[in-house]
Amino acid sequence: MAKKRVVTTTINGTQIEFLCQPRQTLLEVLRDTLNMTGTKEGCSNGNCGACTVLMDGRPVDSCLVLAVESEGAELETIEGVAPAEGLDPIQTAFLEQAALQCGICTPGFIVAAKGLLQSNPSPTEEEVRFYLAGNLCRCTGYDKIIRAVLDAAQAREEVTV
Amino acid sequence: MATIEHEKTAETQKYKVIGTRPIRHDGVDKVTGRALYGADKRLTGMLAGAMLRSPHAHANIKSLDTSLAEKLPGVHAVVTSADLPDCTDKVANLGEGSVNLKHLSNNVLAGEKVLYRGHAIAAVAADDIHIAQEAVKLIKIEYEVLPPVLHVLDAMQENAPLLHDDLKTDELGEIADQPSNVAKHFRFEQGDLEAGFAAADVVVEHEFKTATVHQGYIEPHNATALWNADGHITVWMSTQGTFTARQQTAELLHVPVSHVKVVPMEIGGGFGGKISVYLPPVAAVLSKKSGRPVQLVMSRTDVFEATGPTPGSVIRIKLGVDKEGNITAGEAWLAYEAGAYPGSPVGAGAMCVFSCYDIPNAKVDGFDVVVNKPRTNAYRAPGATNAAFAMETVVDEICEKLQLDPVEFRLKNAAVEGTRRVDGPVYPRIGMVETIEAIRDCEHFQTPLEGKHRGRGMATGFWFNIGLKSTAQATVNPDGTVGLVEGSTDIGGTRASIAMQLAETLGIAAEDVVPTVVDTDSIGYTDVTGGSRVTFATGWAAYLAAIDIQDQMVERAAKIWDCDATKVHYEDGAIHGPDGNKLTFKEMAAKAQTTGEPIIGRGSADPQQPGGAFGTHLVDVEVDVDTGKVTVLRYTAAQDVGTAIHPAYVEGQIQGGAVQGIGWGLNEEYYYDDEGTMRNSTYLDYRMPTTYDLPMIDTILVEVPNPGHPYGVRGVGEVPIVPPPAALANAIYQATGIRMRELPMSPPKLLHEILGKAKTNGA
Repeated sequence: MAKKRVVTTTINGTQIEFLCQPRQTLLEVLRDTLNMTGTKEGCSNGNCGACTVLMDGRPVDSCLVLAVESEGAELETIEGVAPAEGLDPIQTAFLEQAALQCGICTPGFIVAAKGLLQSNPSPTEEEVRFYLAGNLCRCTGYDKIIRAVLDAAQAREEVTV
Repeated sequence: MATIEHEKTAETQKYKVIGTRPIRHDGVDKVTGRALYGADKRLTGMLAGAMLRSPHAHANIKSLDTSLAEKLPGVHAVVTSADLPDCTDKVANLGEGSVNLKHLSNNVLAGEKVLYRGHAIAAVAADDIHIAQEAVKLIKIEYEVLPPVLHVLDAMQENAPLLHDDLKTDELGEIADQPSNVAKHFRFEQGDLEAGFAAADVVVEHEFKTATVHQGYIEPHNATALWNADGHITVWMSTQGTFTARQQTAELLHVPVSHVKVVPMEIGGGFGGKISVYLPPVAAVLSKKSGRPVQLVMSRTDVFEATGPTPGSVIRIKLGVDKEGNITAGEAWLAYEAGAYPGSPVGAGAMCVFSCYDIPNAKVDGFDVVVNKPRTNAYRAPGATNAAFAMETVVDEICEKLQLDPVEFRLKNAAVEGTRRVDGPVYPRIGMVETIEAIRDCEHFQTPLEGKHRGRGMATGFWFNIGLKSTAQATVNPDGTVGLVEGSTDIGGTRASIAMQLAETLGIAAEDVVPTVVDTDSIGYTDVTGGSRVTFATGWAAYLAAIDIQDQMVERAAKIWDCDATKVHYEDGAIHGPDGNKLTFKEMAAKAQTTGEPIIGRGSADPQQPGGAFGTHLVDVEVDVDTGKVTVLRYTAAQDVGTAIHPAYVEGQIQGGAVQGIGWGLNEEYYYDDEGTMRNSTYLDYRMPTTYDLPMIDTILVEVPNPGHPYGVRGVGEVPIVPPPAALANAIYQATGIRMRELPMSPPKLLHEILGKAKTNGA
């Protein structure tokens, strides 16, 4: 077995050092080493998006990122989306629109939606559908998820204006 | 495109909580990542498990040697079927359906024979998942590979390779002499079939095929087990039914049910696929051998290859209609693939095939057939979607032949109160007609569809609701809130829909109820989250618990007011007594602490009159004639929902079911090679619908209250998956003139038909 490496990274604004094997994915380290189980595993080969995290502001499937690759990166996970008090407008919109049923895909969707709204604060329905096509949901048929993201965009705009 | 706003009916007007859209009680946990699902369980000393699975679809196991795996540093236990007790042919009743324990045990860990690729053979528990996976590779196994049989019609041939040499056909109640892959042949009949067809002016007959498809829930199966030194087993898992998981685990391990505690973790989707157990008994024996808690989590490929999909099928329909458009006779022949062990949902398919219509003369034959594919399991209205695809396509063709309006034809022949279904039952008040009318009157239907290669299709569907048993317990807090404890695992917002019925009954706010789903030691028996039953039956139990609280509060108020309890009554969230005395629920809750014993409501229900559910769907498509790709332009689903307790989650059930049906209709299939290997066992290749494949899904909630429930609830979860493939097939016909009779109607299959038609026309 290859020797473990020390990796230094920033997760949700806090600098963190962890030990990992070179073969471990970022997803595995988040869940099993750092006990941050909010990031979910649905397929482990980059097809479902349940493990989406933001890496330097860009959504990535953490199952396709080796933990050692996160050296020096700024990571944001579902645990870092809400402010210290209350919720992010995306989270509020998901609740108000009933945009989740079982909820297993929800962290991935919310993190991906955050990535979208950071790069495109007022997307069209088409743009939301295109951007989120890498996140699978089997319960909702996506209707309410799309509405929630559009609502959240509106709400964020109102906050910034 | 707007969602169609849901308006309250005269019937639902009177409710204060029912029909509103409160934030679900478990919502914040689920949008912050705090909700704990099965694979999130962490225990001190927990080991990770991995499994050896068959690379062959059909083979005898000649030898199995685990000694090298056991010696790998970091490995704590290796188990095979030899570590499970011998199970006899006993059939266990699991509430919603029953199971042969020998088959279940062999499915959990194969004995001498593997019956499908992915069939579990052995398992390892180690310090981490990587060591466990390395150890699996060290297990030495020799197979004698046998020819696989992969399609239902091949399996029914007399000279077909046999999966089980002791399986003999139950032929209309008689057990045959010779072994066969046909586990069962049954028949439903009513009226005079011959006379019915003689009275027909048009008879249409066709054969349909549907592929094996998977429920596709995003969370893989999991189980974490601890077999304690005192003989008690605790299993943390995501399951649709803690009590059925407890029973299956106990039966397979030969321990009393009281020695197994199943703790429900949040469940990441099920759709019927998380009722049967796969991992808990294996995790338990690994724990017993290692003395440590063990967690098993399936990979996505394991989920596809080794958990229950819904069957591929062949269905033949013959329908006779007179010139006036009355159905005079119907005959159906359904053969469903059960997978490796008997038990396909062909029975339900046979009951549903003609269920939307009043057909006086009918005969339905059903066949349950084993093939070398994973053992099938329930998938949302199991068996009904296959049948509706065939029947509703034939109905569309008949309407075209007789130049009848498909709406009028359906209204004329619709099942109504008093219609006898082919398998016997007579319908109580149902809303089939109302869903067709709702579609006829909606803006989508009224707006003409224009454009080249575009078409519009409609289809209807039926699914039963089941009742079964549920328990609820409600404790009154001094601050005027209620703690609600229940046994139904919450897959899609049922904490809210159950709490709302309790709140309505007590006249308090939904937010003043705090619902919790608890383990099998902490609540009375509760059947599975399935059969569209939870809001119906567990909601009923919560209603009974609330009535129990009302009664106790009336007694207590009588004591306080020093009057006879018959002079006191509960109404509108308050207790009313003589002389204008009144205590609100909150006031009474505060007083309860100082005036007597704690107030705890108890409700246990086994309701006998679940309502049937009907839906009618309308879809517009555009076909790319160069590629065969179908784009869904617009979709509207109308459904009789009884009473919509939480309309947003009712809409969500309909939208989600419709989209699963769209996936089933247009793309999804288990694609096998000749050796029986599924070649598309990843999400990338299995290709479920994404956000980019779909429009918004409009819903129309038709409320025809179920007379068999205090709030008129009908189960809403399953029927929306039934009409979509047929509606799509009818729309594709409108767009292209091609009748698709095989699912999925994927680009290569549709293109093949388009090119064939062009050739014929060109010749």
